Amino acid sequence: MPRPSRQVTKWHFSRRSRAADMPVKVQVEDFDAGAEIARLRLSDPGIGAVACFIGQVRDMNDGAPVGTLTLEYYPGMTEKALAAIVDQARARWNFHDALIIHRIGTLQSKDQIVLVAVAGSHRGECFSACEFIMDYLKTEAPFWKKELTPAGERWVDTRESDDVARKRWESKL
Amino acid sequence: MSRPVRILYFARLRETLGTSAEEASLPDEVMDIIGLMRWLAARGGVWQEEFDGCRQIRAAVNQELVQNAASVKAGDEVAFFPPVTGG
Repeated sequence: MPRPSRQVTKWHFSRRSRAADMPVKVQVEDFDAGAEIARLRLSDPGIGAVACFIGQVRDMNDGAPVGTLTLEYYPGMTEKALAAIVDQARARWNFHDALIIHRIGTLQSKDQIVLVAVAGSHRGECFSACEFIMDYLKTEAPFWKKELTPAGERWVDTRESDDVARKRWESKL
Repeated sequence: MSRPVRILYFARLRETLGTSAEEASLPDEVMDIIGLMRWLAARGGVWQEEFDGCRQIRAAVNQELVQNAASVKAGDEVAFFPPVTGG
C-alpha cells in the first residue's frame, strides 16, 4: 500500500501552497520579501505564525570597507542542498511550509542576500526551524562570497561561530 | 580499465587552478576522495598547493557532500571547493 506523503500525515490541509511547490529559489534578481511572506502566510488558513530571516550585504567586513559582494554557487547541488535542509527541519519540527530565496551574482551594500521564512500554527516551531535552516545554510549549502575591498578582491573566510551555531543543533537531537 | 569522472572546481580553487571543470580518467589506485586529492596534488605547482592536505577543501560526489573516505566510481561527478560562505 502506498505510504501517504508526510504532508498529508502531518497536516490535514486540503491543498499545498504555491510556495510548497517551489520552496527553494536561487536567483540573480532581488526579491520582494513582503510579497513572498504574504504568499506563504496566506497559503493556508491553519497558519498562525511566520518566522523569517533576511540577510543583507554589510558595508564593512573584517575591518575593511566592502564595495561589492559576489556570490558563486554550484548549480544543481545548491538547490538540492537547500531542499535537504528544509527536509531536515521538517523532520524535527511541525510546520506547514518553508521558503528559501538566495541570491547569486554581484551585490552592493544593503542589497538583500537571503530570505528564509517558515510558516506554521505556532511561533515556537517556526522560530526554531528558521534558525536551524539558516545555521545549516551557512555551513552546508554551496555558496561562496568574494568581496571587493580597496585592497582588491578576496574570498570571504568561514567563521568559527557559524560552525558552533550549527553544532548546537546536533547536541539538541 | 578506464574510469572516466567529471571533476568540478569552485570559488578559490577554480581561480587558482585556472579551470572550472575537467573530464579525467582515473587510474586503478584512485578509489576514494583522498586518493583523488593525492592524484591531483601529484600534478605539482598550484595543484600540489591546493590538494596537499594543508588547505581546507570540501568534496561532493554526485552533488552530495562527502567525507574524504567516500568512494569514487566511473561516471561520478566529483566537486572540490573551499568551506562554504553563503547566507
